[in-house]
Order: sequence, then structure tokens, then C-alpha cells
Amino acid sequence: MSVFGLALLFWLAAWAVNAALARSRWRDASGVRVVVPVLFGAAILGLWEGAVRGFGVSPVILPAPSSVAARFAGETGLLWEDFLQTVLKGALSGYAIGCGAAFLVAVLIDRSRFLTRGLLPVGNFVAALPIVGIAPILVSWFGFDWQSKAAVVVVMVFFPVLVNTVQGLAEASAMQKDLMRTYAASYLQTLLKLRLPAAMPFVFNGLKIATTLALIGAIVAEYFGSPTRGMGFRISTGVGRLDIELVWAEIAVAALTGSAVFGLVSLVERWVTFWHPSQRS
Amino acid sequence: MSARLLPVLAVLSGLLALWYGAVGPMNIRQALDLAERKGVAVQPEGALARQEVSAFVLMARNPGEVARGYALERPRLPTPGQVAGELWATTGEMALRGRGFSKRSLIYHGWITLQSTLAGFALGTALGVLGAVMIVYSRTMEMSLMPWAIISQTVPIVALAPMIIVLSGQAGIEGRGLPKAIISAYLCYFPVLVGMVKGLRAPTREQLDLLRTYNAGGVAGFLKLRLPASMPYLFTSLKVGIAAALVGTIVGELPTGAISGLGARILIGDQFGNPMAIWAALFAAAILAGVLVTLLGGVQGMVLKRMGMAV
Repeated sequence: MSVFGLALLFWLAAWAVNAALARSRWRDASGVRVVVPVLFGAAILGLWEGAVRGFGVSPVILPAPSSVAARFAGETGLLWEDFLQTVLKGALSGYAIGCGAAFLVAVLIDRSRFLTRGLLPVGNFVAALPIVGIAPILVSWFGFDWQSKAAVVVVMVFFPVLVNTVQGLAEASAMQKDLMRTYAASYLQTLLKLRLPAAMPFVFNGLKIATTLALIGAIVAEYFGSPTRGMGFRISTGVGRLDIELVWAEIAVAALTGSAVFGLVSLVERWVTFWHPSQRS
Repeated sequence: MSARLLPVLAVLSGLLALWYGAVGPMNIRQALDLAERKGVAVQPEGALARQEVSAFVLMARNPGEVARGYALERPRLPTPGQVAGELWATTGEMALRGRGFSKRSLIYHGWITLQSTLAGFALGTALGVLGAVMIVYSRTMEMSLMPWAIISQTVPIVALAPMIIVLSGQAGIEGRGLPKAIISAYLCYFPVLVGMVKGLRAPTREQLDLLRTYNAGGVAGFLKLRLPASMPYLFTSLKVGIAAALVGTIVGELPTGAISGLGARILIGDQFGNPMAIWAALFAAAILAGVLVTLLGGVQGMVLKRMGMAV
């Protein structure tokens, strides 16, 4: 019980520090903007640890963060093998193929106003559908290995990227296009120098949505059959064997990967669309 | 209206034609295996020999057997007509015979999925609105919570789904309704949170100042200015949120051995090698998503019109 009280005290202290920081005159400094959420996260982890230890929760139900971290450190070889199978082979190849295909199709379709008008509502609708359900079908078509996972990812990321790119290509204003025409710019020049750069904020929006979808697709597809490695495989068998610490270690890998890839895409976005108002604040 | 309807119809029929055309090459091997078992001469003989030849060559050498691929019982890729037939057989036809809620009907499974979706949607919307209010009114909350809200959406929830089911089972919660609702709430709260933060901050400096000259307190300012101003943003995010909630429910049903719900139909169709059941459940889910989003759009139109905000 006292352990939990200690954790609660730590949480309150962290909150007080955060509140003071948020009201102080350094509140807009970049260091503070990082410290506050990190402290908040640490306080939550402390509360979790304290609750598990203080109330003696069985590790089969909810393991403490420290024991998950220990398991993580002890199983890096296994976790790396799963990461290789699910993220690098399944999700990444599917992400590259799906986003690339969607981008090309969007640029091609953009030449026809009729097709654009027809495809936007359809694409928007399909992007909102639970496409993950297609996973068992694709696993039976492409076999158990990473190819079927990549196929699921391709289908899942295609429509969000397509819709966003098509919308982005419509972003350049009539005035800007007229200016290009006064320069006697060809279709290709207008596309490369004006319309694609103007579309980039939208494209990156689609790419960011697609990063999470890619991981979800690759993991769900493994629930329907996979070789004896991969994050989804390890999670479903781990739950069956009540090896909950390993499952949480895999979840941690998935969470870190998701955040890291999202951060990476955001970084590239900042580099590519440095001119956009949302990046200049 | 027709200016927008015609292109959509053209794209849809294009997709349908593409699908119909793909059925031939996808099913030709299965069709030839079946024909050979029935004693029809096919080129080349033996399933193993046909493995070496591409589907299009097989179609060219056995033009008489292509049609068989469009009428298989358990096809690799069913035709649109077959899927529509299965969908009707498990919904409308069963309802006409008065067995609409039998466990074999998709109406029953759709209802199970809809319940969890709505529960998760309600939970997620409540969390999202609450979070947005806290973020708008407390700077500490904004600085600590907002980054984690963004990070939470980069975590693939499916990794957590089996854990949530096990946890709630250990905690003595009966049934699968609640864990599924938690998963869909997890996917649904984020768009609502982001939209509401934007919406609650929509009033301009002048409007807020005007309220101060009326000597309005914090509660009145919230109820009479910030909340009404946020309605267009709220409805836009609700439409995204309910689609996300449906995805969450189906994801919650898929990997966990559920026995009822549209996701469970997909799972069972996979385990019993019945692709038609998978396709029918997929399309039922798509129809459900369309109906839910359209309904919310209708409510949005009505509410905004009454509030004088309709565009």
C-alpha cells in the first residue's frame, strides 16, 4: 500500500512541477515543451508501477513496467527477429508500394476532371471502411510469409494517400496557375514547380495517416497465419500461453516503432514543406 | 446533383468491371481442377503441370472452362453477383422468412457490431470532448496531454486488442461488448479531441471580449459562446469518429476468437474456408459504415440549420 502512496506522491509532485512550468515565463521554450510531457508520461508509469506493486497485482493480469523493461532487455534477439519480419519486410515494403502507387494514380487521374470528381467521394468512403477485414482473404491468396502482409498494407494505405494527394493537387490557386501560363510553362513544369510542391502538405498528411495503418495491417494479417516469427504472431501466441510480459514487450516495440516512424515522416515533412504556415510558427 | 452523381457512378462501374474481369484469371486454376475431376479434358493435364503455366495462358488454352470460374461454390474471388446473392441470402431473405435475428443472419451479427460501435463511439466522444475542454482551459493539461494524445494514435491498437480482452476477462467483466467498445473508443476519441480543441478555440478575441463586457462568467462563456461555436467542428469530427469506431470494433473482433459480430463472421469464414461469408461480412460492414456516416450527416444538417450555421 505504501508503495502506491509513494507513487501517488510522485505523481502529484510531477503535476505540481508541470503546472509551475506551464505558468512560468519559460513556458514556450523548446526544452520545457519536451520536459512537461515526458514528466507526465513518467508520472503515469510511476503510478502503474506503484499500483502493481502496492496492490500485488498478478503479473498474469498486468506486469509492472520495470519487469516488462527487464524482459525487453533480455529478449532483444527475439524482438529484433519479429521487428525484421513484421516492420521491415511486411509493413515497410507494403507502405512503399502502396504510397507510391497511390501517388502515381493520383497524378494520372488528376488530368481528368471527370475522374477526379468521381474518385474523391468513392476514395473518401473506402478510406473510412474497415479494410483490415480483407486480411484473411489476402493471406489465403499470397501465402503465410511477409508478401501477404505487404499486400494487406498496400490495400490499407492506398486510399488515404490517394485521396489526400488528389486534394492536394487541386490546392494551387487559379492565380498561381495563370502566372505559370504567362511563363509559358508546360504541363510537366507546372506540375513539378507549382502543383506538386503545393500538394505536399496534403501528401504528408496522407503519409502520416498511412504509417499507423501500415503497422496495424501488418500485425493483423499475422493473426491469420504467419511463419513462427513476427510481432502479431508473438502477441497472439503470447496471450495464449499467458506470457504477458513478452506481449507487453512486443507492444512496446510496436509503440516505439509507430512513434519513431511518425516522427521521421514529420521531420521529412518539415524539411520539404518548410514554407507552409503550419511549419513556421 | 447529377453533375456529381455521374462521375461517381462511372468510377463505381469501372471498379465493378475491373473486379468482374479479375474473377476469370483468379479462379481459372480452381475451375480447371474441378473440370478435370468431372472428366472434362483440359490443357495441360494435372494440377501440378498447371502450376507452371500462368493464369492467362490457361484461360487461352481452355476457353470453354473460363465460365466455370464464375460459378464456383468456394471461389478464390467471388463475382460481385455472388457476393450480392450471399449478402441478400443472409439478410433480406432471412428477414422475409421471419428469421432476421437467427445466428446465421448478418442482421444479428451487424447488430452485435453496431452495439459495440455505438458504445465505443459514445465513450470516445465523451473522452474526446472532456479532453478538449481540459486542454482549452488548462495550459498544464495542454502541454502534458496533447503530445501523448498524438503518440497514442501512432501505437497500433491491434497489438493491444488481445491484451484488453484478456485483461477485462481477468477483471471479471462478462462478455465481449465492453473490451470491444474500449478499443473502438481508443480509435474514436482522437479526431473528436482534435476537432473540439479547434472548435472551442474558434471564437475570436472580439467575441470573447464582448462576453466580458456582459460580465459573463466562465460557465456562461463556455455554454453560450465556445460550445455553440464548436458545433460545425464537432460534427465533422464525429463523422470521422464513428467510422473509426466501427473499424475499432471489427479490429477488436478479428484477432480474439469472438463468435458474434461482423469481424467474427470474417474470422469464422476464414477458419472454415468459406470465402463468401468473408466477402458478405466485409460488404455488410461497408454498408453499416455508409449508413452511420450518412445518418450523422443528416443530424449535422438539421442541427446546424436550427442554429443558423448551415452553409
